[in-house]
Amino acid sequence: MAESTVILEELNRLAPPAELRRAPVVENNRGLGALTDKLSEFAEGKIPRWWWILFIPSAFCAMVVLPMALIYQVSTGVGVWGNNQPVAWGLDIVSFIWWVGVAHAGTLISALLFLTRQHWRTTIGRAAEAMTVFSVMMAGLYPAIHVGRAWFDWFMFPIPNSNGLWPQFRSPLMWDVFAVNTYLMVSTLFWLMGMIPDFAVMRDRAVTRPRKFIFSLLAMGWTGSARQWHHYEKAYVVLCGLCTLLVFTVSSIVGLDFCTSMLAGWHATIFPLYFVIGAVFCGFGMMLVLLVPLRKWCGLENIITMSHMDKVAKLTLVSGLIIAYIYAIEFFIAWYSGDPYERWVFGHRLFGHTYWFLGWTLIAVNVCVTQLLWFKKIRANLTALFIIGVLINIGMWTERFVIVVGSLYQDFLPANWGKYIPTRWDVALYIGSLGAFFMMYLLFVKFLPLVAIAEVKGATPQGNPHHPLGGAKGKP
Amino acid sequence: MSEKTYGILAEFDSPAAILRAAEKVRDAGYSRWDVFTPFPIHGMDKVMGLKNSLVGWVALFMGGGAFLSVVGLIWFSNAFDYPLIVGGKPMFSVPMTFVPSYIMMILGAAVGALIGMLAFNELPRFHHPLFTSERFALVSRDKFCLLVGSTDPKFSETETRKLLESIGGAHIEIIED
Repeated sequence: MAESTVILEELNRLAPPAELRRAPVVENNRGLGALTDKLSEFAEGKIPRWWWILFIPSAFCAMVVLPMALIYQVSTGVGVWGNNQPVAWGLDIVSFIWWVGVAHAGTLISALLFLTRQHWRTTIGRAAEAMTVFSVMMAGLYPAIHVGRAWFDWFMFPIPNSNGLWPQFRSPLMWDVFAVNTYLMVSTLFWLMGMIPDFAVMRDRAVTRPRKFIFSLLAMGWTGSARQWHHYEKAYVVLCGLCTLLVFTVSSIVGLDFCTSMLAGWHATIFPLYFVIGAVFCGFGMMLVLLVPLRKWCGLENIITMSHMDKVAKLTLVSGLIIAYIYAIEFFIAWYSGDPYERWVFGHRLFGHTYWFLGWTLIAVNVCVTQLLWFKKIRANLTALFIIGVLINIGMWTERFVIVVGSLYQDFLPANWGKYIPTRWDVALYIGSLGAFFMMYLLFVKFLPLVAIAEVKGATPQGNPHHPLGGAKGKP
Repeated sequence: MSEKTYGILAEFDSPAAILRAAEKVRDAGYSRWDVFTPFPIHGMDKVMGLKNSLVGWVALFMGGGAFLSVVGLIWFSNAFDYPLIVGGKPMFSVPMTFVPSYIMMILGAAVGALIGMLAFNELPRFHHPLFTSERFALVSRDKFCLLVGSTDPKFSETETRKLLESIGGAHIEIIED
């Protein structure tokens, strides 16, 4: 005890001045054992009341509203939605892009920040990956039923069949099928593989037999030997690289669905980049919405520290600035192209009828509200971060609505013009998917290791063999 | 019942201690030994002399295989088995195959990385001799263990135990196979 106090005093004496010091990954760190207890405590404890309060409505939406919306739509037809000519892509595609977007920030936080060796990512990476997995599931649901006859979905896969039909591989819509399915599978693999060492932690701590049995199966016999870690780390870095590629690929392909169409408002080369950045921005918003309550309710204030929230907020600001730049470029190119249809569509986004307020909403939220994150006081205020997160999600949902519906409802011939008003079934499906997402997320939060236990321990000074707190001899 | 020894297990308290212990066991001439830690220890690969993991090559092989198979599939389905004319373009051209093949390359490589990792680590397995040790359950928490295997040519229950004691190992126990 006395020895470690001396070491700490020595460390404090040698440390740089406070303003130059790097924020610790974990605050109030009392050693590896206490950290393990802290991180597995929530998954092992009793189910708190707030969990039930959130879980029951989410489960209702997922188990009642979603199946009702699906059964009615699949048995009756896409006509139950507000989709019609000229607006053939309605809320289903808007929500699809929104869910894919939410997924992207999870992968970016987890994979790209791993490749750039950002230790703070260890505390929020797992929560971000789970967000990715569940929102890609929700995203995949929409195109599958949007095709109208969901029982013919297998036409989209290259399966030999007696009709001699094959998919048409030149279509970006076809690429979407591959991209979204791959994204779901790879992000699930990445998430599960990351949890293997933590399943072993849960296995070794389990007190009841069923718990021990389940986590033994999930941990697959992990012992934590140096040879296992050696292969594991290699596989992890490979998966991180692949996931980073997917961040930039999946939304680009969704963007290509739009920009290969000869429609003013869609036919722009900026779309792949636009969708990637929009996706990441929206996902960071969702990350703020999830992390602010989680760190409080799960007792993780010392793990997901204010410094981490500050960093997520800064990343949100960066992606928000790129989005603002892209909006500006989009409007500029519409004017600069000299194309009357292009000018018409963009003019009507802000000054047209029916949907003009949505255009202003997205500028107000995505461009203006985001600028609040420049202020340190705002980044240190959790309530403000939560509200900004919610607003960004609404703003980005609006953006997709403006892009999809705003470009379709008034195309080249005034005789074709129409309107799109979502029906209750459009809304029910969206609410159902939100419910399913939150239901799965809550189950994950309660029953699986919410924070990457092994990774966090490895990122602390106690886990560093070259640090005095990790047992290294001599002066720090 | 003839009991076979799997090895001798010693416990250490910190990452630096296990790293020093590993160096000493290596210098004492042992070859079949391993350390068990709650997280990867920086520098341990070098001490143990582990070569670059082959998992990356498995991923490359599976990814490349997936890429080429999808190029083949697209040629077969859109240009050979049921030639499709789309916008008067050639039946088959390399650029058109790129995106689906690239996506499937990522999937193939990811599956390859996972399968490679599991295969090289001999996972999944339901039992391991070390799971019989009560102290071993602490490895996933905050303890660091070193095991000298009984298959090591220099292994001897008394001598190895002495060595482990001299380098500061605690709770030394013999693990039965």
